[in-house]
Amino acid sequence: MTLLDGVGGMLEGASVLFEAGKVVAVGTDFQIPDNAEVLDGTGKWVTPGIIDVHSHLGVYPSPGTDSHSDGNEMTRPVTAQVWAEHSIWVQDAGFSRALAGGVTALQILPGSANLVGGRTITVKNLPNRTVQSMKFPGAPYGLKMACGENPKRVYGSKKDGPSTRMGNVAGYRQAWADAQDYKRQWEKYRAEHKAGKNPTPPKRDLTMDTLVGVLDDEIMVHMHCYRADEMAIMMDLMKEFGYQITSFQHAVEAYKITDLLAENNVCSAMWADWWGFKMEAYDGIRENVPMVHQGGACAIVHSDDDQGIQRLNQEAAKALGDGLRAGIEISKADAWQWLSANPAKSLKIFDQTGSLEVGKNADLVLWSTDPFSTYAKAERVYIDGGLAYDRQDPESWPVQDFELGQPGQGDAK
Amino acid sequence: MRHIAIVLLAAMSCVAAQAENVAIIGGHVHTMSAQGSLGKGMVLIEDGRIQSVSELQTVPAGYRVIDATDKVVTPGLIGAYTSLGLVEVGMSAGTVDSTVESVDVNYSPYGAALDVSYAFNPDSTLIAISRIEGFTLSVSAMSDTPSLFGGQGAVFSLGDDDNLVKKQAFMTLSVANAGADNSGGSRAALWPKLENALAEARSLEGKALGPKDEWNGSMSKADVNALLPVVSGNTPLFIDARRKADIRQVVALKERYPDLNLVLLYASEGWRVADEIAEAEIPVIVDPESNLPVSFEQLGATMANAGRLDASGVSVSIGMETHNLRLATQHAGNAVANGLPWEQGLAALTINTARLLGIDKDYGSLEPGKVADVVIWSGDPLQVMEAPEKILIKGAEIKLESRQTKLRDRYISS
Repeated sequence: MTLLDGVGGMLEGASVLFEAGKVVAVGTDFQIPDNAEVLDGTGKWVTPGIIDVHSHLGVYPSPGTDSHSDGNEMTRPVTAQVWAEHSIWVQDAGFSRALAGGVTALQILPGSANLVGGRTITVKNLPNRTVQSMKFPGAPYGLKMACGENPKRVYGSKKDGPSTRMGNVAGYRQAWADAQDYKRQWEKYRAEHKAGKNPTPPKRDLTMDTLVGVLDDEIMVHMHCYRADEMAIMMDLMKEFGYQITSFQHAVEAYKITDLLAENNVCSAMWADWWGFKMEAYDGIRENVPMVHQGGACAIVHSDDDQGIQRLNQEAAKALGDGLRAGIEISKADAWQWLSANPAKSLKIFDQTGSLEVGKNADLVLWSTDPFSTYAKAERVYIDGGLAYDRQDPESWPVQDFELGQPGQGDAK
Repeated sequence: MRHIAIVLLAAMSCVAAQAENVAIIGGHVHTMSAQGSLGKGMVLIEDGRIQSVSELQTVPAGYRVIDATDKVVTPGLIGAYTSLGLVEVGMSAGTVDSTVESVDVNYSPYGAALDVSYAFNPDSTLIAISRIEGFTLSVSAMSDTPSLFGGQGAVFSLGDDDNLVKKQAFMTLSVANAGADNSGGSRAALWPKLENALAEARSLEGKALGPKDEWNGSMSKADVNALLPVVSGNTPLFIDARRKADIRQVVALKERYPDLNLVLLYASEGWRVADEIAEAEIPVIVDPESNLPVSFEQLGATMANAGRLDASGVSVSIGMETHNLRLATQHAGNAVANGLPWEQGLAALTINTARLLGIDKDYGSLEPGKVADVVIWSGDPLQVMEAPEKILIKGAEIKLESRQTKLRDRYISS
């Protein structure tokens, strides 16, 4: 089979061996152990599992009833105290659809109504009874923040705002200033405690706890931001307060500032071609992903969508095709980094997954054909070496509790 | 040789200015007509119309030659159900002509009189963005109204001028959750109201009401007049229905009023009653990627829907977006990946849509006499990595430029 290792390598006639959940060998000339179960992938492709850094599965699940609308805590603009994992409805059918599309891990974020929306969570795409059983071991928390239109639209009619972009920025800056103050209070307390005094600890503030986690580089900032000029302002803010923005989410105008993004080591998580549904998405172009890649910045293809997450390989294919037509030479092997390695790096789980390299988790997809084709299908999806999805075996297809006893239960989806 | 070069330059400098005689040669031509596909074809275009489609032969004198060897040639694609031309930016950006926020309680409380043909903006950037991806016609409708009917949609050409192809081309209606919500929140309120509206329109026996005519119906004169061509079957009625029960109600409506010319929109659970839809000869316009139980009215949604409907003999059309109408080729490709035959995937973007609108005399296939809307693709149009390389609308080659390509060219490093 044709193998994309996810870090830029492409091997024809390759095999991959995994054991006890880990990749043991990748290549064309290793000895297959006698006791290995052998699957003939002739004519097929194998890639690392797809990792979506932007999903609202579970927090905005199907069916999309008001009762299930748990993604935006729209009560005040800074809600760093809320955690997406406490909203996730694990019976969302979207998880199993994404699995059939080759998604092995995903970050679930709060929505973008707030300046600071709350903590994100990275999960393995193994739908289960509880969210705890889906959490990706060792993955740090993220913090969802949002630029632009959404916060000012949601809070513009409220007395305390923000109602403008300058109001947005004042809101972030005050939050970081408060976090610095809170951090100092705790540092003072710890120093006094260590010195043998008997200080009273400051009252824990859950909002500040999360923000200080960012200042201490333990929580990664993933910021919804469309416009290039706004992203530049956000990168100034991160320097002012001494934190790192790990990624801009959507980054529709990233192509205008690829140099700044590269310089500041900020990833852009992008759609292939969404545009125009609001003013800040008006300058979207189809070559955004390949132009960011060409500019030496970190490019990620994301979904933010329960449909798009099922076909992220096609999103990458469109971006690659558009780039090639515009004269940006990128190989399929390099393009796959947008789907696995770069997402894994931005979620700080690349030591465990995101490429087919010896020692990594055996998170991989066997495709019926070239996954840059519309007609390719994920035939088998493995997570930690376990067969999580098998297209050839309808009996094994996951059926969420919600789907039981409903029309179409167990149908091909 | 010199002569040819001058002709080419002239053609480039006055793109779309006038229709010239063009021969597209050597391409893999999918005619979408009884002629089928030609491995190495020749399409001759004269005065903006298709003159002939044949196997490759000697090009007659007087034709500009476009070499399509190793390329794929198709009819221009038709956006089956879109708001193209009616909206620039949907959210928080001022007036949007594809939506009506409140009904005019005197003039058109039922919404039937709304007419998008007045609202089309040929300068919308969406038009160039869509046409450079192969879409040459748009079937444009209101996207949201608070009334029983969504008003009269129209067909527009995406060429440089003379955009209106057919006004009052179809009427829209939702009997799905959204429609029920417009009728107080229940299908039990919606359907009797609809039955009554159709009965009032039929009572006029085809004669439109004038300002001085006495009228005792519950609808406004404007609304009932707008329904006359609908009840006679001259204008198709597009009905949004998703769950099986609603689709069955639409089929039953057709049984009660055989004159109605119905088209199903979405039909997410259509596969469950595909034979009944086929027997009632109701075409469908589907979103073939919809496969989640996003609401209680589409619990049975599956990507197999398009293929199963087609297998039962239902005519399937695809292309239900606005800003990203261009993704309809990908949607069709995914329908093909899930059971729709490839030819029907392309038919869903061309001839099937032309037929349900009654414009197939002029559009939807490459046949002599039809309008020369032709796309030359780098490869399989349903493949996500392929794209149009040349596009002719009414026989005139358009530039593959849009606001987006200009943004790209401004920022790309060369």
